[in-house]
Amino acid sequence: MIVLLGVVVVILGFVTRRNPVLVVGVAGVFTGLIGGMNPLEVLAAFGRSFADSRSVTVFAVVLPVIGLLERYGLREQARRLIGRLGGLSAGRFLAVYLLVRQVTAAFGLTSICGPAQTVRPLVAPMAEAAAERSTGAPLPERLREKVRSHAASADTVGLFFGEDCFIAIGSILLITGFVNSTYHENLEPTQLALWALPLAVCAFFIHGARLLLLDRQLQRDMALAVAEHDLPLPKGTDK
Amino acid sequence: MIKVEWLYWLVGLVFVVMAVQMAADRSNPRRWTSAAFWGLLGLTFPYGTGVADATAKNGGWTLPAEPLGVAVLALIVLAGFNFLGKGEPVTSTAEEREASAARLGSKIFVPALTVPLVAIVCASLLDTSGLFETGKATLLGLGVGCLVALVVGMLVTGERKLSVPLHSGRSMLEAMGSALLLPQLLAVLGSIFALAGVGTQVGRIVHDVLPDNSKYLAVLAYCVGMFLFTVIMGNAFAAFPVMTAAIGWPVLIEQMHGHVPAVLAIGMLAGFSGTLCTPMAANFNIVPATLLELKDQYGPIKAQIPTALPLLACSTVIMALFAF
Repeated sequence: MIVLLGVVVVILGFVTRRNPVLVVGVAGVFTGLIGGMNPLEVLAAFGRSFADSRSVTVFAVVLPVIGLLERYGLREQARRLIGRLGGLSAGRFLAVYLLVRQVTAAFGLTSICGPAQTVRPLVAPMAEAAAERSTGAPLPERLREKVRSHAASADTVGLFFGEDCFIAIGSILLITGFVNSTYHENLEPTQLALWALPLAVCAFFIHGARLLLLDRQLQRDMALAVAEHDLPLPKGTDK
Repeated sequence: MIKVEWLYWLVGLVFVVMAVQMAADRSNPRRWTSAAFWGLLGLTFPYGTGVADATAKNGGWTLPAEPLGVAVLALIVLAGFNFLGKGEPVTSTAEEREASAARLGSKIFVPALTVPLVAIVCASLLDTSGLFETGKATLLGLGVGCLVALVVGMLVTGERKLSVPLHSGRSMLEAMGSALLLPQLLAVLGSIFALAGVGTQVGRIVHDVLPDNSKYLAVLAYCVGMFLFTVIMGNAFAAFPVMTAAIGWPVLIEQMHGHVPAVLAIGMLAGFSGTLCTPMAANFNIVPATLLELKDQYGPIKAQIPTALPLLACSTVIMALFAF
Protein backbone atom coordinates (compact mmCIF):
# COMPACT_ATOMS: atom_id res chain seq x y z
CA MET A 1 0.00 0.00 0.00
CA ILE A 2 2.86 2.34 0.84
CA VAL A 3 3.88 2.73 -2.84
CA LEU A 4 0.66 4.67 -3.37
CA LEU A 5 2.40 7.58 -1.65
CA GLY A 6 4.17 8.04 -5.01
CA VAL A 7 0.82 8.91 -6.58
CA VAL A 8 0.18 11.34 -3.72
CA VAL A 9 3.51 13.05 -4.48
CA VAL A 10 2.49 13.53 -8.13
CA ILE A 11 -0.91 14.94 -7.22
CA LEU A 12 0.45 17.28 -4.54
CA GLY A 13 3.23 18.46 -6.86
CA PHE A 14 0.88 19.31 -9.72
CA VAL A 15 -1.79 20.82 -7.45
CA THR A 16 0.74 23.12 -5.75
CA ARG A 17 2.09 24.13 -9.18
CA ARG A 18 5.67 22.99 -8.68
CA ASN A 19 7.87 22.66 -11.75
CA PRO A 20 6.34 19.57 -13.45
CA VAL A 21 9.72 18.11 -14.46
CA LEU A 22 10.88 18.28 -10.86
CA VAL A 23 7.63 16.72 -9.59
CA VAL A 24 8.07 13.79 -11.97
CA GLY A 25 11.70 13.32 -10.98
CA VAL A 26 11.02 13.41 -7.23
CA ALA A 27 7.97 11.14 -7.54
CA GLY A 28 9.97 8.64 -9.62
CA VAL A 29 12.91 8.41 -7.21
CA PHE A 30 10.59 8.34 -4.17
CA THR A 31 8.32 5.64 -5.58
CA GLY A 32 11.28 3.51 -6.65
CA LEU A 33 12.88 3.69 -3.20
CA ILE A 34 9.72 2.98 -1.19
CA GLY A 35 8.87 0.24 -3.68
CA GLY A 36 11.95 -1.65 -2.46
CA MET A 37 14.55 -0.78 -5.11
CA ASN A 38 18.07 0.21 -4.03
CA PRO A 39 19.51 3.49 -5.42
CA LEU A 40 21.41 1.75 -8.24
CA GLU A 41 18.26 -0.09 -9.29
CA VAL A 42 16.37 3.22 -9.33
CA LEU A 43 19.03 4.71 -11.62
CA ALA A 44 18.89 1.68 -13.89
CA ALA A 45 15.09 1.88 -14.00
CA PHE A 46 15.27 5.56 -14.99
CA GLY A 47 17.89 4.82 -17.66
CA ARG A 48 16.18 1.79 -19.12
CA SER A 49 12.71 3.30 -19.34
CA PHE A 50 14.13 6.57 -20.71
CA ALA A 51 15.86 4.62 -23.48
CA ASP A 52 12.71 2.64 -24.24
CA SER A 53 10.53 5.75 -24.45
CA ARG A 54 12.76 7.83 -26.74
CA SER A 55 10.05 7.65 -29.40
CA VAL A 56 8.02 10.14 -27.32
CA THR A 57 10.47 12.96 -28.06
CA VAL A 58 11.00 12.15 -31.75
CA PHE A 59 8.55 14.89 -32.77
CA ALA A 60 11.36 17.41 -32.16
CA VAL A 61 12.66 16.66 -35.69
CA VAL A 62 9.64 18.56 -37.04
CA LEU A 63 10.79 21.81 -35.42
CA PRO A 64 13.31 22.95 -38.09
CA VAL A 65 10.68 22.56 -40.83
CA ILE A 66 7.99 24.46 -38.90
CA GLY A 67 10.55 27.08 -37.81
CA LEU A 68 11.58 27.66 -41.43
CA LEU A 69 7.97 27.98 -42.60
CA GLU A 70 7.01 30.33 -39.76
CA ARG A 71 9.95 32.51 -40.70
CA TYR A 72 8.50 32.70 -44.19
CA GLY A 73 5.00 33.64 -43.05
CA LEU A 74 3.12 30.38 -42.31
CA ARG A 75 1.08 32.00 -39.51
CA GLU A 76 0.44 35.16 -41.53
CA GLN A 77 -0.94 33.09 -44.41
CA ALA A 78 -3.18 31.11 -42.02
CA ARG A 79 -4.48 34.45 -40.73
CA ARG A 80 -5.20 35.70 -44.27
CA LEU A 81 -7.22 32.57 -45.05
CA ILE A 82 -9.27 32.87 -41.86
CA GLY A 83 -9.80 36.58 -42.59
CA ARG A 84 -11.70 35.61 -45.74
CA LEU A 85 -14.54 34.18 -43.62
CA GLY A 86 -15.73 37.70 -42.78
CA GLY A 87 -19.34 37.47 -44.01
CA LEU A 88 -20.60 34.82 -41.60
CA SER A 89 -22.63 35.23 -38.38
CA ALA A 90 -20.66 34.97 -35.12
CA GLY A 91 -21.76 31.40 -34.36
CA ARG A 92 -21.23 30.12 -37.90
CA PHE A 93 -17.84 31.81 -38.13
CA LEU A 94 -16.71 30.18 -34.87
CA ALA A 95 -18.03 26.78 -36.00
CA VAL A 96 -15.99 27.06 -39.22
CA TYR A 97 -12.95 28.10 -37.17
CA LEU A 98 -13.49 25.05 -34.93
CA LEU A 99 -13.37 22.83 -38.02
CA VAL A 100 -10.27 24.58 -39.39
CA ARG A 101 -8.53 24.20 -36.04
CA GLN A 102 -9.43 20.50 -35.79
CA VAL A 103 -8.36 19.65 -39.32
CA THR A 104 -5.06 21.53 -39.18
CA ALA A 105 -4.27 20.00 -35.77
CA ALA A 106 -5.07 16.55 -37.20
CA PHE A 107 -2.38 17.24 -39.82
CA GLY A 108 0.07 18.08 -37.06
CA LEU A 109 -0.11 21.86 -37.58
CA THR A 110 -0.89 22.57 -33.94
CA SER A 111 1.01 25.83 -33.74
CA ILE A 112 -0.33 27.75 -36.74
CA CYS A 113 -3.43 28.70 -34.76
CA GLY A 114 -3.72 29.43 -31.03
CA PRO A 115 -4.80 32.02 -28.47
CA ALA A 116 -1.88 34.34 -29.27
CA GLN A 117 -1.49 33.50 -32.96
CA THR A 118 -5.08 33.68 -34.18
CA VAL A 119 -7.70 34.08 -31.42
CA ARG A 120 -6.66 37.46 -30.05
CA PRO A 121 -5.67 39.19 -33.28
CA LEU A 122 -8.30 37.68 -35.52
CA VAL A 123 -10.94 35.23 -34.36
CA ALA A 124 -12.27 37.15 -31.33
CA PRO A 125 -12.47 40.55 -33.11
CA MET A 126 -14.10 38.98 -36.17
CA ALA A 127 -16.66 37.14 -34.04
CA GLU A 128 -17.44 40.36 -32.15
CA ALA A 129 -17.80 42.30 -35.38
CA ALA A 130 -20.12 39.62 -36.77
CA ALA A 131 -22.23 39.68 -33.59
CA GLU A 132 -22.55 43.47 -33.77
CA ARG A 133 -23.46 43.29 -37.43
CA SER A 134 -26.34 40.92 -36.74
CA THR A 135 -27.63 42.63 -33.59
CA GLY A 136 -27.13 46.06 -35.14
CA ALA A 137 -25.71 47.68 -32.00
CA PRO A 138 -22.51 47.65 -29.94
CA LEU A 139 -22.37 44.63 -27.64
CA PRO A 140 -22.75 45.25 -23.90
CA GLU A 141 -19.74 44.15 -21.81
CA ARG A 142 -21.26 40.87 -20.67
CA LEU A 143 -22.05 39.68 -24.19
CA ARG A 144 -18.66 40.81 -25.48
CA GLU A 145 -17.08 38.59 -22.82
CA LYS A 146 -19.34 35.73 -23.85
CA VAL A 147 -18.35 36.01 -27.53
CA ARG A 148 -14.66 36.19 -26.64
CA SER A 149 -14.92 33.19 -24.27
CA HIS A 150 -16.58 31.17 -27.01
CA ALA A 151 -13.85 32.17 -29.45
CA ALA A 152 -11.25 30.85 -27.00
CA SER A 153 -13.27 27.66 -26.47
CA ALA A 154 -13.51 26.97 -30.22
CA ASP A 155 -9.72 27.12 -30.40
CA THR A 156 -9.08 24.88 -27.39
CA VAL A 157 -11.72 22.23 -28.19
CA GLY A 158 -10.53 22.14 -31.82
CA LEU A 159 -6.93 21.63 -30.75
CA PHE A 160 -7.59 18.94 -28.13
CA PHE A 161 -9.92 16.85 -30.27
CA GLY A 162 -7.95 17.29 -33.49
CA GLU A 163 -4.33 16.73 -32.49
CA ASP A 164 -4.86 13.14 -31.35
CA CYS A 165 -5.63 12.13 -34.93
CA PHE A 166 -2.01 12.97 -35.80
CA ILE A 167 0.53 10.22 -35.23
CA ALA A 168 3.43 12.35 -34.06
CA ILE A 169 1.80 14.32 -31.26
CA GLY A 170 2.97 14.13 -27.65
CA SER A 171 -0.12 12.40 -26.29
CA ILE A 172 -0.09 9.59 -28.88
CA LEU A 173 3.65 9.02 -28.51
CA LEU A 174 3.30 9.09 -24.72
CA ILE A 175 0.78 6.26 -24.93
CA THR A 176 2.93 4.12 -27.24
CA GLY A 177 6.13 4.96 -25.36
CA PHE A 178 4.63 4.11 -21.97
CA VAL A 179 2.85 0.94 -23.05
CA ASN A 180 5.67 -0.40 -25.22
CA SER A 181 8.33 0.10 -22.56
CA THR A 182 6.24 -0.92 -19.53
CA TYR A 183 4.15 -3.78 -20.87
CA HIS A 184 6.38 -4.83 -23.79
CA GLU A 185 3.62 -4.38 -26.34
CA ASN A 186 4.18 -3.38 -29.92
CA LEU A 187 1.61 -0.66 -30.32
CA GLU A 188 1.71 1.55 -33.43
CA PRO A 189 0.79 5.27 -33.32
CA THR A 190 -1.56 4.89 -36.32
CA GLN A 191 -3.86 2.50 -34.42
CA LEU A 192 -4.26 5.04 -31.62
CA ALA A 193 -4.82 7.95 -34.01
CA LEU A 194 -7.62 5.99 -35.71
CA TRP A 195 -9.38 5.45 -32.38
CA ALA A 196 -9.25 9.19 -31.71
CA LEU A 197 -11.42 9.86 -34.80
CA PRO A 198 -14.87 9.00 -33.37
CA LEU A 199 -14.40 11.43 -30.49
CA ALA A 200 -13.07 14.10 -32.84
CA VAL A 201 -16.35 13.81 -34.77
CA CYS A 202 -18.39 13.94 -31.53
CA ALA A 203 -16.46 17.03 -30.40
CA PHE A 204 -17.13 18.79 -33.70
CA PHE A 205 -20.86 18.13 -33.59
CA ILE A 206 -21.33 18.92 -29.89
CA HIS A 207 -19.25 22.08 -29.77
CA GLY A 208 -20.27 23.14 -33.29
CA ALA A 209 -23.96 22.89 -32.36
CA ARG A 210 -23.34 24.95 -29.23
CA LEU A 211 -21.55 27.62 -31.26
CA LEU A 212 -24.46 27.79 -33.70
CA LEU A 213 -26.83 28.23 -30.75
CA LEU A 214 -24.72 31.19 -29.66
CA ASP A 215 -26.27 33.33 -32.42
CA ARG A 216 -29.75 32.77 -31.05
CA GLN A 217 -28.62 33.39 -27.46
CA LEU A 218 -26.99 36.64 -28.48
CA GLN A 219 -30.19 37.85 -30.18
CA ARG A 220 -32.20 37.02 -27.06
CA ASP A 221 -29.72 38.50 -24.56
CA MET A 222 -29.37 41.59 -26.71
CA ALA A 223 -33.14 42.14 -26.69
CA LEU A 224 -33.12 41.74 -22.90
CA ALA A 225 -30.20 44.12 -22.48
CA VAL A 226 -31.92 46.74 -24.64
CA ALA A 227 -35.12 46.43 -22.59
CA GLU A 228 -33.31 46.59 -19.24
CA HIS A 229 -30.65 49.20 -19.72
CA ASP A 230 -31.98 51.56 -22.32
CA LEU A 231 -29.07 50.83 -24.61
CA PRO A 232 -28.79 52.54 -27.97
CA LEU A 233 -31.32 50.82 -30.17
CA PRO A 234 -30.51 49.35 -33.53
CA LYS A 235 -30.93 51.91 -36.26
CA GLY A 236 -34.38 52.30 -37.69
CA THR A 237 -36.30 50.77 -34.77
CA ASP A 238 -38.71 52.60 -32.50
CA LYS A 239 -38.84 52.08 -28.81
CA MET B 1 16.65 -1.97 -43.98
CA ILE B 2 16.18 1.39 -42.28
CA LYS B 3 16.32 0.98 -38.50
CA VAL B 4 14.49 3.02 -35.89
CA GLU B 5 17.75 3.55 -33.99
CA TRP B 6 19.04 5.58 -36.96
CA LEU B 7 16.14 7.97 -36.45
CA TYR B 8 17.02 8.29 -32.74
CA TRP B 9 20.62 9.13 -33.73
CA LEU B 10 19.28 11.80 -36.08
CA VAL B 11 17.13 13.29 -33.28
CA GLY B 12 20.14 13.22 -30.95
CA LEU B 13 22.26 14.94 -33.61
CA VAL B 14 19.65 17.69 -34.06
CA PHE B 15 19.67 18.35 -30.29
CA VAL B 16 23.48 18.41 -30.15
CA VAL B 17 23.75 20.82 -33.11
CA MET B 18 21.17 23.11 -31.51
CA ALA B 19 23.06 22.90 -28.19
CA VAL B 20 26.21 24.13 -29.98
CA GLN B 21 24.20 27.02 -31.46
CA MET B 22 22.92 27.87 -27.97
CA ALA B 23 26.42 27.84 -26.47
CA ALA B 24 27.45 30.43 -29.06
CA ASP B 25 24.40 32.65 -28.48
CA ARG B 26 25.43 35.55 -26.23
CA SER B 27 21.88 36.91 -26.05
CA ASN B 28 20.90 33.91 -23.88
CA PRO B 29 21.60 34.72 -20.21
CA ARG B 30 21.84 31.00 -19.36
CA ARG B 31 23.54 29.83 -22.51
CA TRP B 32 25.94 27.32 -20.91
CA THR B 33 23.35 25.49 -18.82
CA SER B 34 20.87 25.56 -21.73
CA ALA B 35 23.52 24.08 -24.01
CA ALA B 36 24.37 21.48 -21.36
CA PHE B 37 20.71 20.43 -21.09
CA TRP B 38 20.00 20.02 -24.80
CA GLY B 39 23.47 18.60 -25.51
CA LEU B 40 23.10 15.99 -22.78
CA LEU B 41 19.60 15.15 -24.03
CA GLY B 42 21.08 14.73 -27.52
CA LEU B 43 23.72 12.30 -26.20
CA THR B 44 21.13 10.17 -24.37
CA PHE B 45 19.62 9.23 -27.74
CA PRO B 46 22.62 7.29 -29.17
CA TYR B 47 23.59 6.01 -25.70
CA GLY B 48 20.03 4.73 -25.33
CA THR B 49 20.65 2.42 -28.29
CA GLY B 50 22.87 0.33 -26.04
CA VAL B 51 20.37 0.32 -23.18
CA ALA B 52 17.09 -0.24 -25.01
CA ASP B 53 15.18 -3.44 -24.48
CA ALA B 54 15.19 -4.33 -28.17
CA THR B 55 18.98 -4.14 -28.52
CA ALA B 56 19.56 -6.74 -25.86
CA LYS B 57 16.85 -8.94 -27.37
CA ASN B 58 18.51 -8.82 -30.79
CA GLY B 59 21.88 -9.73 -29.30
CA GLY B 60 23.32 -6.28 -29.97
CA TRP B 61 26.05 -4.40 -28.18
CA THR B 62 24.79 -3.36 -24.73
CA LEU B 63 25.70 -0.58 -22.30
CA PRO B 64 24.92 -0.26 -18.56
CA ALA B 65 21.67 1.60 -17.80
CA GLU B 66 22.82 3.35 -14.60
CA PRO B 67 24.88 6.14 -16.28
CA LEU B 68 21.85 6.95 -18.43
CA GLY B 69 19.78 7.16 -15.23
CA VAL B 70 22.32 9.65 -13.84
CA ALA B 71 22.03 11.68 -17.06
CA VAL B 72 18.22 11.70 -16.80
CA LEU B 73 18.41 12.97 -13.20
CA ALA B 74 20.86 15.67 -14.34
CA LEU B 75 18.38 16.73 -17.04
CA ILE B 76 15.64 16.86 -14.40
CA VAL B 77 17.80 19.06 -12.14
CA LEU B 78 18.74 21.43 -14.99
CA ALA B 79 15.10 21.80 -16.09
CA GLY B 80 13.57 21.60 -12.62
CA PHE B 81 15.60 24.45 -11.12
CA ASN B 82 15.13 26.81 -14.07
CA PHE B 83 18.57 26.60 -15.61
CA LEU B 84 17.10 26.84 -19.11
CA GLY B 85 17.19 30.22 -20.84
CA LYS B 86 16.13 31.79 -24.11
CA GLY B 87 18.13 33.84 -26.57
CA GLU B 88 16.81 36.55 -28.85
CA PRO B 89 14.51 34.65 -31.23
CA VAL B 90 16.19 34.19 -34.59
CA THR B 91 13.44 35.08 -37.01
CA SER B 92 12.31 37.55 -39.64
CA THR B 93 10.50 40.84 -39.00
CA ALA B 94 6.70 41.03 -39.13
CA GLU B 95 6.90 43.00 -42.40
CA GLU B 96 9.17 40.42 -44.01
CA ARG B 97 6.78 37.66 -42.99
CA GLU B 98 3.74 39.52 -44.37
CA ALA B 99 5.59 40.13 -47.65
CA SER B 100 6.69 36.53 -47.94
CA ALA B 101 3.18 35.25 -47.11
CA ALA B 102 1.82 37.50 -49.88
CA ARG B 103 4.48 36.22 -52.30
CA LEU B 104 4.16 32.51 -51.51
CA GLY B 105 0.41 32.36 -50.80
CA SER B 106 -0.91 28.97 -49.78
CA LYS B 107 2.13 27.22 -51.28
CA ILE B 108 3.65 27.71 -47.83
CA PHE B 109 1.33 24.96 -46.51
CA VAL B 110 2.75 22.36 -48.93
CA PRO B 111 5.91 21.49 -46.95
CA ALA B 112 3.92 21.39 -43.70
CA LEU B 113 1.45 18.92 -45.22
CA THR B 114 4.33 16.86 -46.63
CA VAL B 115 5.22 15.57 -43.13
CA PRO B 116 1.95 13.74 -42.39
CA LEU B 117 1.44 12.67 -46.01
CA VAL B 118 4.87 11.00 -46.27
CA ALA B 119 4.35 9.43 -42.83
CA ILE B 120 0.98 8.00 -43.88
CA VAL B 121 2.39 6.66 -47.17
CA CYS B 122 5.24 4.97 -45.29
CA ALA B 123 2.90 3.51 -42.66
CA SER B 124 0.37 2.16 -45.14
CA LEU B 125 2.09 1.37 -48.44
CA LEU B 126 5.70 0.74 -47.46
CA ASP B 127 5.03 -1.05 -44.17
CA THR B 128 5.33 -4.49 -45.69
CA SER B 129 8.02 -3.64 -48.25
CA GLY B 130 10.87 -4.62 -45.93
CA LEU B 131 12.36 -1.14 -46.33
CA PHE B 132 11.69 -0.29 -42.68
CA GLU B 133 12.28 -2.16 -39.43
CA THR B 134 9.18 -4.25 -38.64
CA GLY B 135 6.53 -2.39 -36.65
CA LYS B 136 8.34 0.95 -36.85
CA ALA B 137 7.09 2.19 -40.23
CA THR B 138 5.01 5.05 -38.79
CA LEU B 139 7.76 6.46 -36.64
CA LEU B 140 10.32 6.12 -39.41
CA GLY B 141 7.83 7.62 -41.83
CA LEU B 142 7.71 10.66 -39.61
CA GLY B 143 11.50 11.00 -39.76
CA VAL B 144 11.57 10.52 -43.55
CA GLY B 145 8.64 12.97 -43.84
CA CYS B 146 10.56 15.64 -41.94
CA LEU B 147 13.63 15.27 -44.15
CA VAL B 148 11.52 15.40 -47.33
CA ALA B 149 9.56 18.37 -45.96
CA LEU B 150 12.77 20.20 -45.15
CA VAL B 151 13.95 19.85 -48.76
CA VAL B 152 10.51 20.84 -50.11
CA GLY B 153 10.38 23.75 -47.67
CA MET B 154 13.76 25.09 -48.76
CA LEU B 155 12.73 24.80 -52.42
CA VAL B 156 9.36 26.52 -51.86
CA THR B 157 10.78 29.38 -49.80
CA GLY B 158 13.97 29.69 -51.85
CA GLU B 159 16.07 29.41 -48.68
CA ARG B 160 19.61 28.17 -49.41
CA LYS B 161 21.21 27.92 -45.99
CA LEU B 162 20.55 24.85 -43.83
CA SER B 163 21.50 26.89 -40.77
CA VAL B 164 18.29 28.96 -41.14
CA PRO B 165 15.82 26.15 -40.36
CA LEU B 166 18.13 24.89 -37.62
CA HIS B 167 18.28 28.33 -35.99
CA SER B 168 14.49 28.79 -36.28
CA GLY B 169 13.91 25.32 -34.87
CA ARG B 170 16.31 26.06 -32.03
CA SER B 171 14.31 29.18 -31.14
CA MET B 172 11.18 27.03 -30.96
CA LEU B 173 13.07 24.55 -28.78
CA GLU B 174 14.06 27.37 -26.40
CA ALA B 175 10.49 28.65 -26.32
CA MET B 176 9.13 25.20 -25.42
CA GLY B 177 11.86 24.58 -22.85
CA SER B 178 11.50 21.59 -20.57
CA ALA B 179 7.84 21.14 -21.63
CA LEU B 180 9.30 19.30 -24.61
CA LEU B 181 10.75 16.60 -22.39
CA LEU B 182 7.77 16.25 -20.02
CA PRO B 183 5.87 13.58 -22.02
CA GLN B 184 8.93 11.32 -22.12
CA LEU B 185 9.56 11.81 -18.40
CA LEU B 186 5.93 10.95 -17.65
CA ALA B 187 6.35 7.75 -19.65
CA VAL B 188 9.39 7.00 -17.46
CA LEU B 189 7.36 7.72 -14.31
CA GLY B 190 4.65 5.36 -15.55
CA SER B 191 7.22 2.59 -15.96
CA ILE B 192 8.62 3.18 -12.49
CA PHE B 193 5.10 3.10 -11.03
CA ALA B 194 4.54 -0.22 -12.75
CA LEU B 195 7.90 -1.64 -11.53
CA ALA B 196 7.23 -0.51 -7.95
CA GLY B 197 3.81 -2.15 -8.01
CA VAL B 198 1.58 0.95 -7.92
CA GLY B 199 -0.70 -0.57 -10.54
CA THR B 200 -1.14 -3.82 -8.65
CA GLN B 201 -2.01 -1.93 -5.46
CA VAL B 202 -4.59 0.34 -7.05
CA GLY B 203 -5.84 -2.61 -9.07
CA ARG B 204 -6.40 -4.51 -5.81
CA ILE B 205 -8.39 -1.61 -4.35
CA VAL B 206 -10.41 -1.31 -7.54
CA HIS B 207 -11.00 -5.04 -7.46
CA ASP B 208 -12.40 -4.77 -3.91
CA VAL B 209 -14.63 -1.85 -4.81
CA LEU B 210 -15.88 -2.94 -8.22
CA PRO B 211 -18.26 -5.87 -8.44
CA ASP B 212 -16.57 -8.81 -10.22
CA ASN B 213 -16.34 -8.61 -13.98
CA SER B 214 -18.51 -5.57 -14.26
CA LYS B 215 -17.15 -4.29 -17.57
CA TYR B 216 -19.31 -1.19 -17.67
CA LEU B 217 -18.38 -0.06 -14.18
CA ALA B 218 -14.69 -0.59 -14.90
CA VAL B 219 -14.96 1.49 -18.11
CA LEU B 220 -16.81 4.17 -16.17
CA ALA B 221 -14.15 4.13 -13.44
CA TYR B 222 -11.31 4.48 -15.99
CA CYS B 223 -12.92 7.33 -17.98
CA VAL B 224 -14.25 9.27 -15.00
CA GLY B 225 -10.97 8.62 -13.16
CA MET B 226 -8.97 10.07 -16.08
CA PHE B 227 -11.35 13.05 -16.12
CA LEU B 228 -11.15 13.75 -12.37
CA PHE B 229 -7.40 13.19 -12.05
CA THR B 230 -6.87 15.58 -14.95
CA VAL B 231 -9.13 18.20 -13.36
CA ILE B 232 -7.13 17.93 -10.12
CA MET B 233 -3.67 17.91 -11.70
CA GLY B 234 -4.41 20.05 -14.75
CA ASN B 235 -2.56 17.64 -17.00
CA ALA B 236 -3.96 14.59 -18.79
CA PHE B 237 -0.43 13.38 -19.53
CA ALA B 238 0.27 13.08 -15.80
CA ALA B 239 -3.05 11.37 -15.09
CA PHE B 240 -2.55 8.82 -17.88
CA PRO B 241 0.26 6.64 -16.43
CA VAL B 242 -1.43 6.57 -13.01
CA MET B 243 -4.91 5.59 -14.20
CA THR B 244 -3.60 3.21 -16.85
CA ALA B 245 -1.32 1.38 -14.45
CA ALA B 246 -4.24 1.17 -12.00
CA ILE B 247 -7.33 0.31 -14.04
CA GLY B 248 -6.69 0.65 -17.78
CA TRP B 249 -4.08 -2.07 -18.12
CA PRO B 250 -4.70 -4.60 -15.32
CA VAL B 251 -8.50 -4.51 -15.35
CA LEU B 252 -9.72 -3.40 -18.79
CA ILE B 253 -7.00 -4.97 -20.92
CA GLU B 254 -5.63 -7.97 -19.00
CA GLN B 255 -8.76 -9.06 -17.15
CA MET B 256 -11.45 -8.09 -19.65
CA HIS B 257 -9.42 -8.33 -22.88
CA GLY B 258 -10.20 -4.85 -24.15
CA HIS B 259 -8.79 -3.73 -27.50
CA VAL B 260 -5.52 -2.03 -26.50
CA PRO B 261 -5.46 1.03 -28.83
CA ALA B 262 -9.17 1.73 -28.33
CA VAL B 263 -9.01 1.66 -24.52
CA LEU B 264 -5.90 3.83 -24.29
CA ALA B 265 -6.70 6.39 -27.00
CA ILE B 266 -10.22 6.97 -25.68
CA GLY B 267 -8.98 7.02 -22.08
CA MET B 268 -6.54 9.80 -22.93
CA LEU B 269 -9.33 11.79 -24.59
CA ALA B 270 -11.53 11.38 -21.49
CA GLY B 271 -8.65 13.14 -19.73
CA PHE B 272 -8.67 15.87 -22.37
CA SER B 273 -12.34 16.59 -21.55
CA GLY B 274 -11.09 17.14 -18.00
CA THR B 275 -8.45 19.61 -19.25
CA LEU B 276 -11.27 21.70 -20.75
CA CYS B 277 -12.84 22.17 -17.29
CA THR B 278 -9.94 23.02 -15.02
CA PRO B 279 -8.20 26.26 -14.09
CA MET B 280 -5.20 24.06 -13.21
CA ALA B 281 -4.53 23.81 -16.96
CA ALA B 282 -3.65 27.49 -16.91
CA ASN B 283 -1.89 27.62 -20.27
CA PHE B 284 -5.02 26.38 -22.05
CA ASN B 285 -7.76 28.04 -20.01
CA ILE B 286 -6.45 31.05 -18.07
CA VAL B 287 -3.84 32.39 -20.51
CA PRO B 288 -6.42 32.89 -23.32
CA ALA B 289 -8.68 34.75 -20.86
CA THR B 290 -5.79 37.08 -20.03
CA LEU B 291 -4.85 37.49 -23.69
CA LEU B 292 -8.45 38.41 -24.53
CA GLU B 293 -8.59 40.82 -21.57
CA LEU B 294 -11.64 39.13 -20.05
CA LYS B 295 -12.91 40.36 -16.67
CA ASP B 296 -14.08 36.85 -15.83
CA GLN B 297 -10.97 34.69 -16.11
CA TYR B 298 -13.13 31.56 -15.98
CA GLY B 299 -15.05 32.67 -19.12
CA PRO B 300 -13.41 30.12 -21.44
CA ILE B 301 -13.93 27.29 -18.90
CA LYS B 302 -17.62 28.21 -18.58
CA ALA B 303 -17.91 28.11 -22.36
CA GLN B 304 -16.22 24.67 -22.41
CA ILE B 305 -17.86 22.72 -19.57
CA PRO B 306 -21.17 22.11 -21.42
CA THR B 307 -19.11 20.54 -24.24
CA ALA B 308 -16.70 18.63 -22.00
CA LEU B 309 -19.35 16.71 -20.01
CA PRO B 310 -21.18 15.27 -23.06
CA LEU B 311 -17.75 14.39 -24.52
CA LEU B 312 -16.87 12.47 -21.35
CA ALA B 313 -20.17 10.60 -21.73
CA CYS B 314 -19.33 9.89 -25.40
CA SER B 315 -15.88 8.50 -24.46
CA THR B 316 -17.41 6.18 -21.87
CA VAL B 317 -20.11 4.93 -24.24
CA ILE B 318 -17.76 4.50 -27.22
CA MET B 319 -15.27 2.58 -25.09
CA ALA B 320 -17.95 0.36 -23.54
CA LEU B 321 -19.49 -0.44 -26.94
CA PHE B 322 -16.51 -0.80 -29.24
CA ALA B 323 -13.43 -1.67 -27.20
CA PHE B 324 -14.51 -5.20 -26.17
